[in-house]
Amino acid sequence: MTAELVRGQNHPLSQVRLEIRISAGRPVVAAATLSDHNGKAQGTDGVAHPGAPVLPGLEVPRQAAAEHRLAVDLAAMPETVHRVNVLLALPTRAGGPTRFGAVAAPFVAVTGLDGTGIAGYTITGLDAESAVVAIELYRRQDAWKVRAVGQGYAGGLAALLTDQGLPQAQQLADGIQDAVAQGLARAVPAPPPRPADADRARPATASLPGADPAGQGAGGSATQGITGPGAQGATGPAGQGTVGPVPAPPYPPGEPQGTSGTQSPAGTPTGGPIDYRHPGRATSAPPPPAPTAPPAAPGQPAPPVAGDATGWSMDERLYNQVWGMFEDLARSTAAYRSAVDFADSRMEKELDQALSDPRNRIGGQGDAVREAAQDKHALLVDQARAAYDRDLAQLTAESDVVEPALPPAYARWDNPVWHGYRAPMEMPMAVRLGDLHLPESEPLRIPMLVRLPLERGLWIDSGPVPSLDDEYADSTESRHLAMVAAVALASRLLAVYPPGDFGVHVIDPAGAGARALAPLAGAGVLASGPAAGAAGVAEVLSRLTERVDLVQMALRGGAADALPPGLDTAQQLLVVNDFPHGFDDRAVTQLRYIADEGPAVGVHLLMVADREDASAYGPLLDPLWRSLLRLTPVPDDHLADPWIGHAWTFEPALVPAGSQVLERVLAEVARARREWNR
Amino acid sequence: MTVNLAKGQAISLQKNDGGSLTAVRMGLGWKAAPRRGLFGSRTREIDLDASAVLFADKQSVDVVFFRHLVSDDGSVRHTGDNLVGGAGQGGDDEAVLVDLARVPVHVDQIVFTVNSFTGQTFQEVQNAFCRLVDETNGQELARYTLDGGGNFTAQIMAKVHRVGGGWTMTALGAPANGRTFQDLMPTILPLL
Repeated sequence: MTAELVRGQNHPLSQVRLEIRISAGRPVVAAATLSDHNGKAQGTDGVAHPGAPVLPGLEVPRQAAAEHRLAVDLAAMPETVHRVNVLLALPTRAGGPTRFGAVAAPFVAVTGLDGTGIAGYTITGLDAESAVVAIELYRRQDAWKVRAVGQGYAGGLAALLTDQGLPQAQQLADGIQDAVAQGLARAVPAPPPRPADADRARPATASLPGADPAGQGAGGSATQGITGPGAQGATGPAGQGTVGPVPAPPYPPGEPQGTSGTQSPAGTPTGGPIDYRHPGRATSAPPPPAPTAPPAAPGQPAPPVAGDATGWSMDERLYNQVWGMFEDLARSTAAYRSAVDFADSRMEKELDQALSDPRNRIGGQGDAVREAAQDKHALLVDQARAAYDRDLAQLTAESDVVEPALPPAYARWDNPVWHGYRAPMEMPMAVRLGDLHLPESEPLRIPMLVRLPLERGLWIDSGPVPSLDDEYADSTESRHLAMVAAVALASRLLAVYPPGDFGVHVIDPAGAGARALAPLAGAGVLASGPAAGAAGVAEVLSRLTERVDLVQMALRGGAADALPPGLDTAQQLLVVNDFPHGFDDRAVTQLRYIADEGPAVGVHLLMVADREDASAYGPLLDPLWRSLLRLTPVPDDHLADPWIGHAWTFEPALVPAGSQVLERVLAEVARARREWNR
Repeated sequence: MTVNLAKGQAISLQKNDGGSLTAVRMGLGWKAAPRRGLFGSRTREIDLDASAVLFADKQSVDVVFFRHLVSDDGSVRHTGDNLVGGAGQGGDDEAVLVDLARVPVHVDQIVFTVNSFTGQTFQEVQNAFCRLVDETNGQELARYTLDGGGNFTAQIMAKVHRVGGGWTMTALGAPANGRTFQDLMPTILPLL
């Protein structure tokens, strides 16, 4: 039975061989001093500290740490020792906090050698102190007792040691801090804080109202909204609450998972103190500062730098920067377009006026008026274009530094970062689906980044491509192109998730996509498929439906730990080619179910289909198509930004012709999986 | 040095050192209605709204107000609707930021207005003011006092308009009545 001590309270010790456990939120130095019956320290030799860790009957750790265990054998103490003071101090040379008020209250426990608790004491009420006498073990009538002391010293270790009556306390304190600094230099640095996980797993809303002006009933050609950082707050917290306790689907293993400690594949360390900090708030250490632009020459805009945005990690900063560029380009273009529209309408009005004025019908007066109107128009358009070109130049310069700095998940396939590809350890924040541009802004391309895990299914439209004239080439070629885009996208998702955290299933009922699927199938990275025939379709769909069912039931019942132990915790992507070929009514229902319910439990859909093929189903499938983000295998202007609603031309992220990068990356994925045994 | 503007007075936004202003903020502040002792939730709150209307050649092309916080071109931004007012100590409760360098070239006037959305006249509002601040250094360029402003629910504060290559601000101070900026359009047009 552990006695929880308050300051000044003492407690008898039944054993002489003890362990003193110290836990603090930050690395601290632990030391001990030995005193005689008058409370006077026994000189420098009677101090156990990281520079001289062993004394008879006492050993302290050699370096600063957040967790300490001190071994004490009171029976081995010399007879002259009447008191053992256990001290804590903040390391002064490590650049950490310099006052205990800034760190979590340290906890000291006295236990037997077998770990049974005897007494515990939380040192509260510290503020500017940087050293503290935590507890003392003292002899009273031939028995040992422990007392909670908690005496802090704002003057640090030197002041503490002086108070203990030690000569040359300052030199001793310096020596201790030196020893600690050397120990820290050898130690492995703590991992950097994780970026805001809560944000990362937060499902975004559907497109903003108004960002989808064309409406969606009309179908495939409707403009779809792109959701960005600004659109995510609304349903975020609710969604978070729902997906929080799922064992894994929305999270890669090893990430903090809200409440489900028992389900964490990485496991929480046992025996440590419970961490009461909010898992989604990384408050412990500020992130490294963002790169900032060097000061600009007067009158010039600052040269752009990659990562010049807010965020807890470079990943997040680049994501925010790309979205910032996207918004700026949308708005600059809106300014340009509205100026040109205004110039047009003003000229029209002036010309109309000139024509309706009978005085202008005779002589050259009318021409002069017309010319003046046209000149005014040209002047305004020139001014607008100049302002727009200024903005474009700045954004292009920014794009030129940002593109090379992008991590694989955000980078084009021709970016060198893909050549040095290694399997990542954690899920990225977002993935690049392709590029966006506006006709006026050629050749500037904005990466189209969407958050991971995917919040809605994707649909690569394999319908007829307007640019291809030949009726025959139309159908086969556009289907092949769509499948190539789908394979590039599925491979990218496979590659940017940690090995084994992302599974790809393929349904290709007639084998029509075999040519495009070759890289995926060849590398052996598919979880299942390509499934052929009606039986194959049914089998894959049933398996994924069952998975969605199971996870959803567990989720709704709040019994995430009741899932079968063998359940694969990875995110799943189902690639469906040639829909609705090979689908019966039951399969269609299952597909719709996966599309609706899958994203919340980590099962995503990537359709490669021509909507016309499924026209026999009538309006039944409209909700399915509406729920998917439509992409095209060839450039097509069907995506709307969330601010103005411009129609942006989307180009898929494709592997350059003749490049072997996809095969190499997939081979590396397969290798990493074998290595990780996943 | 703050200028207390009188109606119709114009100040140039060219800086003294010859450089021109690049970003200005129109701030609006007022004192919240006193709490009711009992049933405090039924305090008759005072909701003033700041808006900015962008004109090109006397046609309005865009409006920034509490339901459209950023002009499409991104040059004018509203910091958000305040429904109750503040301490009345001179701090801005609502603000409209204008990035003059990014205003589209055809926009030649930006008119700032204040409306009482909840219907109180300016006689009933305490410590209401509106001011123009140089956003780059926080210096106040001009200030207007609204309270005691008579039996009106709206005021057209000021306009910032292009003159030559730079911008000039003219204080308008025209009283009007209306709940939102739409009601003010007839009053604004003659002032352009």
